[in-house]
Amino acid sequence: MKDFLRRFMKNKGAVVGLAIFLLVVGVAISAPFLYDGSPWMMVADPLMTPFQDAQYPLGTDMLGRDIAAGMAYGAQVSLLISLISTAVAVIVGVAIGAIAGYNGGWLDDLLMRITEFFQTIPQLAMAVVLVAIFTPSIYSIVGAIALVSWPPVARLVRSEFLSLRQREFVQAAVVIGLRPGRIIFTQILPNAMSSIIITASLMVATAILTESALSFLGLGDRNMMSWGFMIGAARTMLREAAWMSILPGLAILLTVLAINLIGEGLSDALNPQLRNRGEK
Amino acid sequence: MNILFSAISKLAKALGVIFAVVVVNFFLIRLAPGDPASIMAGEAGASDPQYVARLREQFGLDQPLLVQLWSYIKGILHFDWGFSYRMKLPVLDLILDRLPATLLLMGAAFVFSIVLGILLGVLSAKTRYTGQRRWLDSVIVSAALVLYATPLFWLSLLAIILFSVVLGWLPAFGMQSVGVELTGWAHIKDVALHLILPTVSLGTFYMAMYVRLTRASLLEVMGMDFVKTARAKGVSASHVMRRHVLRNGLLPVVTFCGIQLGQMAGGAVLTETVFGWPGIGRLMFDALMQRDYQLLLGIFLVTSAMVVLFNLLTDLVYRLVDPRIEFEGGK
Repeated sequence: MKDFLRRFMKNKGAVVGLAIFLLVVGVAISAPFLYDGSPWMMVADPLMTPFQDAQYPLGTDMLGRDIAAGMAYGAQVSLLISLISTAVAVIVGVAIGAIAGYNGGWLDDLLMRITEFFQTIPQLAMAVVLVAIFTPSIYSIVGAIALVSWPPVARLVRSEFLSLRQREFVQAAVVIGLRPGRIIFTQILPNAMSSIIITASLMVATAILTESALSFLGLGDRNMMSWGFMIGAARTMLREAAWMSILPGLAILLTVLAINLIGEGLSDALNPQLRNRGEK
Repeated sequence: MNILFSAISKLAKALGVIFAVVVVNFFLIRLAPGDPASIMAGEAGASDPQYVARLREQFGLDQPLLVQLWSYIKGILHFDWGFSYRMKLPVLDLILDRLPATLLLMGAAFVFSIVLGILLGVLSAKTRYTGQRRWLDSVIVSAALVLYATPLFWLSLLAIILFSVVLGWLPAFGMQSVGVELTGWAHIKDVALHLILPTVSLGTFYMAMYVRLTRASLLEVMGMDFVKTARAKGVSASHVMRRHVLRNGLLPVVTFCGIQLGQMAGGAVLTETVFGWPGIGRLMFDALMQRDYQLLLGIFLVTSAMVVLFNLLTDLVYRLVDPRIEFEGGK
């Protein structure tokens, strides 16, 4: 653990990323305390520019809603949806990859065909179609993002299983009569964990981008203020009030960048031997 | 023989994916809110139960599910992709009308992203390899990292603000100037000007991806023994770069093209929406706004078919670039 921290901290970018990410998490958690009441509420004159009034530091939108409050609640939505959908995708991906890699044979073939199918079709278009058909809500959005993002995990886990299954300690576990379920959970999976964590961290970043794209297209949950929605709503006022679109986009950019940096740091810390092989 | 076999199996796989999309579409249209028959009745302005029942019978909605699926597949094969009741036109006509604009945009963005991405990736790997101008490597890597995290639709908006609103250099909306009849070169120039912003906005994210991929792949090859051998026997650094490193290091980039094109098809929805580009992405946004599910699923099918086709083409290119594949593919 100490080694892990030391290696992680050696990557300066990862430390900066972690700081930004913790800041976003802090804002998301404190949003209800900082801004009581809904971010949808009209609180002041419409179209106030940032820094015009100390009470509304980031200005207001065309309906007089506080942009700072929207940004804070948007952080909540982005983190919530991206983390849950990634968790679902990882569980599904690990399950499918583990079954395919451990069993092999026709089941492996079938599962890999399905995985390839989901990897081939355009992911964002699929997510758009799914959310539209199942009507936009937090469940359909999480479900759609999870459904289009599990394949890389499944492939990764499968290949890890295929190689780990041949290793002696796993063979030994088979010989002493451990059941497949226990071998998977106690012998193979812990050894595949570091690659899964690295992939998952990058999936959170992609999930944030996908969620923002969906809500930009008007497919967000109607009860939740999100960054993508704010940009989409402000788009018509681009000429008059550019800051309304710029600010939430900056928030997305920083959050996604921070998570990508953390991902690289995790990759350095969890797979130190990879460092020496080229760069990545 | 092996080549033929693997080509056929690739083709079968591709058709399998398209078939699966058709089946998925069939079930999705049934899950869409609202019974198709009552929607049609609503469109016709009559909603008495008898009329709805007659419609159900007429469109086979009272048949068993498998029979319906079969007739749906037959319809797709006969180019009957349903009717858009909002636009009063067959779905396929609408899509085919818009497809060329999307292909133009995607083609331009693809060329932009791959050319610039590989160029910058090679440049940054080279500065690292030769040890000269290391700062250039840092600049390229940082820029790629930031662009990789930028939401596509937001970048499009920023481009409009800068190049259209503030500087006034480029048009921000549509595919051609409104209100003027242009022909010949003037027309081509007009479309090209309109194409610049959407192309750069759509291509930038993927360019960043290519930079990272090219750089990582080249650096990995640079560390390999055959490169060291070549250097040790006195071959110049630039020659090693050209003949040894590039040839091997760019292979993963080709594989990636197919995947990227698939993602780009989704990204086109966002770009076309922002720039009012009259392609199928914009059509998809309109279909969303109007809850036109037949049209939405039709576009999804076309986009998927496009991606499958691109993947086949990438595969073909890969075979040309790396003949070793044939031996592995056929086994």
